[in-house]
Amino acid sequence: MLPLKEKDKPIVQKLLSAGCCARCILRFCCIRVQATYRRPQQVGPIRHTHTHTFAGLTVTRLPLREKGLVLDKDDIIPLKEAFKWIMQGLVSKELGGASALEVGVEFTHKETDADCHFLATVCPDCFKPAKNKQSVFTRMAVVKALEKISDVKFLRHFPCPPTQPSSCCSPQGVQCLHLSVFVAGRYNKFCRSLPQTPWLIDGERRMESSVEELIAAPVLSTFRAEGFNFSSSGREDVDVRTLGNGRPFAMELLNPHRSRLSRMEMKQLQQTINESSDKIRVRDLQIVTRDAMSRMKEGEEEKTKSYTALVWTRRPIQREDISFIGDIKELTLDQKTPLRVLHRRALAVRQRVVHSMNVHFLDPHHFHLRLKTQAGTYIKEFVHGDFGRTKPNLCELLRTDADILELDVESVDVDWPPAIPE
Amino acid sequence: MDGIEQKDTEEEAPSVIDRYYTRWYRADMKGKPCEDHCILQHSNRICVVTLAETHPILQSGRTIKSINYQISDGCSRLNNKVSGKSKRGGQFLTDFAPLCRITCTDETEYTIYSCIRGRLLEVNENILKTPTLLLERPSTEGYIAVILPKFEESKSITENLLSREEFESVVSKRNVAESQPS
Repeated sequence: MLPLKEKDKPIVQKLLSAGCCARCILRFCCIRVQATYRRPQQVGPIRHTHTHTFAGLTVTRLPLREKGLVLDKDDIIPLKEAFKWIMQGLVSKELGGASALEVGVEFTHKETDADCHFLATVCPDCFKPAKNKQSVFTRMAVVKALEKISDVKFLRHFPCPPTQPSSCCSPQGVQCLHLSVFVAGRYNKFCRSLPQTPWLIDGERRMESSVEELIAAPVLSTFRAEGFNFSSSGREDVDVRTLGNGRPFAMELLNPHRSRLSRMEMKQLQQTINESSDKIRVRDLQIVTRDAMSRMKEGEEEKTKSYTALVWTRRPIQREDISFIGDIKELTLDQKTPLRVLHRRALAVRQRVVHSMNVHFLDPHHFHLRLKTQAGTYIKEFVHGDFGRTKPNLCELLRTDADILELDVESVDVDWPPAIPE
Repeated sequence: MDGIEQKDTEEEAPSVIDRYYTRWYRADMKGKPCEDHCILQHSNRICVVTLAETHPILQSGRTIKSINYQISDGCSRLNNKVSGKSKRGGQFLTDFAPLCRITCTDETEYTIYSCIRGRLLEVNENILKTPTLLLERPSTEGYIAVILPKFEESKSITENLLSREEFESVVSKRNVAESQPS
């Protein structure tokens, strides 16, 4: 028994006369029972033997043709959903229920290629040419224009119901990729001349290697993956070390030919990475789920970080001169975007809090400054003042020129990923 | 942390400017004697306009009466607003675009110029509140403005500027000329 009701009858008849196929009729009637899509013959009470032609399937044209059929309904089943309900079971049966795969199918339909072009004359501001786009008619742009255009204007340019296509769309090919595997952990960086990501200018490498490449190499080969996306909870500069428990990171491994590793094997992989270089160290290496990536980015905005800086002062100082710094708590800074990153960041003033500090005197021109700060605080600029664009700054507090000679990250206070006992 | 080598207390580590900026100079800007400007160019191509140590404002114990960023009826550098990563909206400057006019207490007036082509990112409002910054720390807290040259022009803007050595030789020639018996 089909879940179509008496009230659906006029819709069904109109759609049938427009040449709509059985499955699309189900979609427009908002039928969510997946099984019905696999038995297209039974669009009762009217028996129907026409097979699905996937008319207007392609990405940009589909919203257009659906609008031509149904001007005002939000809960019709998207074509992609119906397609998946039909194909998923059949495909995994054929593959014998193997490992998780991502299957991509692409279709083109030359006949309706230019159908949506009229939208550019009616809503020109939706279709701005951009550098990397081949065609102005992207799905986003078409959907936006369809939302903007009034029903009256739409009907003037596009028939309702749309004309029946005379040809089928043609498949362009099928892509099979293994679902990505996500590996997370924490890394230490012991080298002051190692960037986090490869440093290239005009295609030329400026510095050898990088944290992400050193970690990725053994991981890629163990999982037999083709590529990776590396992401971490914040970053440190090339010349800054990351000590303590290290900084959380996560890597998406693309098209891995191996997706499962035992605890022992993960430990082995971690050891391999650690033995491959003395510049970095990895801990708590583990497989995580996709939503782990967002857990890690949380840390970037919200959590605190601790640092140790080696500070130089122009005027000679004594132990007593700097002891007051240890008493300063919750110091709010106004930091204009530092000049050293201003070429790639927007100009803005950011308020950041230095929660606490303490000092360790070394000699009349040097001391160690330990700080615990809000995420996103620019430490170097707090020390030297960045042309007075970070206020207050250490130069003002000490009433002398000051500079930062070395910086270490002592801790990134994010309690993710879960620690793995050694 | 690594131990530091024994440093002579008189010795200074290279400053932030030494480490990240190159000093370029424009001498006798617009033909006016000694009105020298120093452009600090960061390795990321951002430029900071400052007064060179030889500028008249910094000589003879002058003090500042006023600093005015309103350079014409229709244009105040204080109204400059940039937005987004690409710094849209910043006033575009050419070499001789005035940035501000400074009047000293001895009634001498000076105009400070951009010296390079580029987009104005910000002018230093701290010197409006505390003009002594300009006199005491002209190369750092007393900067005048921050300019972002076009990416394609970031190397060519220095073609019209003097390097530090060239500038020093210009200055020493002046001093010789002055000390020549007339």
